[in-house]
Amino acid sequence: MKDITKTFGPVVANDKVSLTINKGEILSLLGENGSGKTTLMNMLSGIYFPDGGQIFVNGQEVTISSPKDAFELGIGMIHQHFKLVDVFTAAENIVLGLEGKGRLDLKEVGRKVREICDRYGFDVDPNQLVCDMSVSQKQTLEIVKVLYRGADILILDEPTAVLTPQETDKLFAVMRNMKADGKAIVIITHKLHEVMDVSDRVAVLRKGQYIGDVATCDTDPQKLTDMMVGRAVKLNIDRPAPVDPQDRLRVEHLTVKDKEGVTVLSDATFTLRSGEILGVAGISGSGQKELLEAIAGLQNVEPGSRVVYIEPESGKEHDLCGLDPLKIRQLGVHLSFVPEDRLGMGLVGTMGMTGNMMLKTYGRGHGPLVDRRPSSKLATDIKEQLEVMTPGINYPVRRLSGGNVQKVLVGREIAADPTVLMTAYAVRGLDINTSYTIYRLLNEQKQKGVAVLYVGEDLDVLLELADRILVLCAGQISGIVDGASVTKEQVGLMMTHLNWKEAEA
Amino acid sequence: MTSAQWASLIQAAVVFGTVIMYGAIGEIITEKSGNLNLGVPGIMYLGGIAGLAVAFLYENSVADPSRLVSFILSFGAAFLAAALGGLIFSILTISLRVNQNVTGLTLTIFGGGVANFFGGSLNKLAGGVGQISVARTSSVYRATLPGVSSMSPMMKAVLGYGFMVYLAIILAILATWFLNRTHTGLNLRAVGESPATADAAGINVTKYKYLATCIGAGISGLGGLYYVMDYIKGTWANDGAIETLGWLAVALVIFALWKPVNATWGSYLFGVLFWLYYYIQGLNRASQEIFKMLPYIVTIAVLVIVSIRRKRDMGPASLGLSYFREER
Amino acid sequence: MSDIHGGKDPLVRIAKRSTISKPKAWAIRLISLLLALVVCAILIYSIVKMNPLQVYVSMWKGAFGSSRRAWITARDVMMLLCIAVGLAPAFKMKFWNIGAEGQILVGGIVTAACMIYLPQLPGPVLFLVMLAASLLAGAVWGVIPALFKARWNTNETLFTLMMNYVAIQLTSFCVAKWENPPGSNSIGVINQTTHAGWFPSLFGQAYALNVIIVMIITVAMFFYLRDSKQGYEIAVVGESQNTARYAGISVGKVFIRTMIISGAICGLAGFIAVSGASHTISTSTAGGRGFTAIIVAWLAKFNTFTMILISLLLVFLDKGAIEIATAYNLNDYASEMITGIILFFILGSEFFINYRLIFRGHHKEVE
Repeated sequence: MKDITKTFGPVVANDKVSLTINKGEILSLLGENGSGKTTLMNMLSGIYFPDGGQIFVNGQEVTISSPKDAFELGIGMIHQHFKLVDVFTAAENIVLGLEGKGRLDLKEVGRKVREICDRYGFDVDPNQLVCDMSVSQKQTLEIVKVLYRGADILILDEPTAVLTPQETDKLFAVMRNMKADGKAIVIITHKLHEVMDVSDRVAVLRKGQYIGDVATCDTDPQKLTDMMVGRAVKLNIDRPAPVDPQDRLRVEHLTVKDKEGVTVLSDATFTLRSGEILGVAGISGSGQKELLEAIAGLQNVEPGSRVVYIEPESGKEHDLCGLDPLKIRQLGVHLSFVPEDRLGMGLVGTMGMTGNMMLKTYGRGHGPLVDRRPSSKLATDIKEQLEVMTPGINYPVRRLSGGNVQKVLVGREIAADPTVLMTAYAVRGLDINTSYTIYRLLNEQKQKGVAVLYVGEDLDVLLELADRILVLCAGQISGIVDGASVTKEQVGLMMTHLNWKEAEA
Repeated sequence: MTSAQWASLIQAAVVFGTVIMYGAIGEIITEKSGNLNLGVPGIMYLGGIAGLAVAFLYENSVADPSRLVSFILSFGAAFLAAALGGLIFSILTISLRVNQNVTGLTLTIFGGGVANFFGGSLNKLAGGVGQISVARTSSVYRATLPGVSSMSPMMKAVLGYGFMVYLAIILAILATWFLNRTHTGLNLRAVGESPATADAAGINVTKYKYLATCIGAGISGLGGLYYVMDYIKGTWANDGAIETLGWLAVALVIFALWKPVNATWGSYLFGVLFWLYYYIQGLNRASQEIFKMLPYIVTIAVLVIVSIRRKRDMGPASLGLSYFREER
Repeated sequence: MSDIHGGKDPLVRIAKRSTISKPKAWAIRLISLLLALVVCAILIYSIVKMNPLQVYVSMWKGAFGSSRRAWITARDVMMLLCIAVGLAPAFKMKFWNIGAEGQILVGGIVTAACMIYLPQLPGPVLFLVMLAASLLAGAVWGVIPALFKARWNTNETLFTLMMNYVAIQLTSFCVAKWENPPGSNSIGVINQTTHAGWFPSLFGQAYALNVIIVMIITVAMFFYLRDSKQGYEIAVVGESQNTARYAGISVGKVFIRTMIISGAICGLAGFIAVSGASHTISTSTAGGRGFTAIIVAWLAKFNTFTMILISLLLVFLDKGAIEIATAYNLNDYASEMITGIILFFILGSEFFINYRLIFRGHHKEVE
């Protein structure tokens, strides 16, 4: 790839990037979130079309204007969000889009799939429906799908984000098999240890610019970090000592079932204290979402569940179970919640900052009309204090960048003067600076005596930020550990094994 | 009811049902691509008037019109005109990204306007309201197997129809086979379920949506043709009947749970419900009108039951949504 | 950048506009309208061989040619506007109320019933009874699908659609019951001699009251949607039900409440249609306006003042087309055809307001 440029409106996602990918080699494409890694690879796989530059495959200049062109050139990409049809079987997904005349012979497909599986060590049942598969099975299916099409260049976009450490090892083993078979493999990641572990060469992107590439054996994590962020980053996040911790929220036997009646959170019991940050770790989909939403009054809970809120000062107790967010508010409980789906749940995308500030307070005041003035003032304050980049406080928040959207959301939730603050993946997709702003804000709240529940995915951050860490595994709490003394390996083990003590032994 | 009455009810139901079966099969194919086309009534209007107009012009321009030619012309014109309606819908919703519901409703207004305008004009050309008639072309559509007239009423209820009744059933079976057993059908379903996935798999989503919508519309349009040529025997009336039938076809898609085979018996059931009032003794005109609510109430009941059961495969997952690749 | 060569570029690419100035947006809409008029003109010319400009002049005459015609045009604009205003809150909430036809009809039925059974009541009392009855009937018809939507998320598009036909059959039933003279299969003008239950003339104009009522509702709905707490709730629910639940808004309650309002206003439209215009009821009392109004509401982006303009445009086209049809011995359906064409163009024009096209070879501009 030579001089590849791609812009989205005013944002330059890739600025004259040149990159070489070699056969029989695993190349790590390293960069922070938003550095343009995925965009670059999407142009290779035909999802986006570059605004400028050239692409060569085996020395021939090519134009890739659709995923089909990419397949024909032997390029296959495994996206972070799986591109699978839920109601189709594995085999149906594999042949999807392939040229074929007339009848569909799924038996023949199944035979070929088993061949590929045997060769590289996959485990895929061609007749299984995708919606019945686990995350790692889906990922395996994606890889098989690409191989079935005869891809020689495989691109994996943050493949380990959804995997347990054990599953990651398995994936890496398969990648090495494919490398030995002469395939070229690109792995997009921002996890340094994975880079060191699996790749032969590392290429680094920063803010859409190509920084350079080095052989993995000639570098170390510190050097890569410097390349990635451009300056030495103080990796340690502050962790002030908890201030006068008191029990604020007592969760007892909290059980949640989803629409199909499957238990997604089982018998969760823990206490959240004021003036501390309780981190929640777990593989995505282990019940984090349900835990937070159940506390916030957005989930139906099973009988026997209790979420007891203990008022500061008076110590009066309220059971929040069965109450909706409005009723919780009316009890005088200041419960703030920064949900994972910012624009889909926390904010109204088409409204400006002002309109969004009113989301929980529009009902205030007498009379049938809304009073916009306080919200407008709050919006102006938040815009200034958190340096939200927006053309105006009435500009639709949907059009703001991810970091600014999150500032609006977190700003509003903190302005509500919470006693309990829950955040889900508060820094996902944000750049480092904004992430640190968020950590700082959370610590400020903690020092003000707010009880903070922080659901995160980056274990390094959790280990540095949280006072205690609650680890979820398959909908159950596998333990609560001290954030300062626990090791990353131990948390990783707890995330994958309920009876981790035995596993450890 | 006597068996003769039963046979007569079944006959009425089959003829009625065939009209909406075409509409529904076409719409199922369209919806499988993720396009919810509420323009079915308009499309059936377009199909009906095009078939009629071409047949009329042909019959009046030739001294001794050939049955075969008049059939080919009217059938082709109906399919093409309806497909053209689908093309307008496709351009607006797929390329210009207009909301599907609004576009569909506009298409229904447009199709009704075009059909009734030309239908009314043809009537005037032919010498007055209700005067247009394409008896010869219509006879092709209404031709039955030889010997049917001597059969028992029950046999007639099975075999005594024009070819389009059987063509509809064949189409339903073909559509089922196509959707479940061919590469193209698999790809089409993927487009309706998850266009982003289909796109990533190298399927030309735009092409599939265009083709499915246009071909689906063409098939729906055959319902209008059948109505004009067989149901009202090659005439035209500006009475809004096709619009009603078109909406019933849309309802039938849901009733059939997006499976063409279900649309066959579902459409006959709708026909039975529609005509039942005629066979029930002792109804006066007012209470007959109440009875005619039945098909609509049954559709509502099905809608409610479907929503209460909330099964997973209730229709293409991305139905009614537009898909744009480079959206960010 | 000069080194795009080798393979082929896509001929046209589409990019989202970040912003567009208001005048430019309106210019695009105007151009599309003009284009639509040109297409219609070609169509009309090919049928009637008449100078298209002449055609539009006579259309103007048809709609506004005399005071009487202008008032009839105004009456019809108000009718369409009233329905569109009624639909606005439902659509803003993304509740596809395709059932305005039915809601109008049931409003009309109860109005007609009041006129037939209660003509002896004093005028103002009868007026209020009809008003209340039509609001209630429309509300009931509108709220039924909303209840199911709120409880089981039943698809409202098809539910409301089917409710139309139930209402049409109900109307047929009433026509059969009340037909006058017997055997005519129609009701005829109700209270032809006493005018009981007819809208009174104001300022010497039979339709002035129609205008006043609808304008009040139009203004009220504008502020209801923009400034009221309920209007805010509608906006949030329409944008994202998850966000609404997160904010503590009961989505089901908002569905039900809004559909009561939406249905009631459509029922009121039925009242105006029967009591204030035709003084009779038939299955064509709604006459497809429940569908047209959806497009009016959609094009106006739920701004009730913009709806006045769009309603005016559509009714003008309708009246004008009927004028031509009469003059050339064609039939009235020409107006629906022309309306359809113009709507296609206006709907399509929104694309060019939201997106811009980049043609092959224009990359230099990007850099």
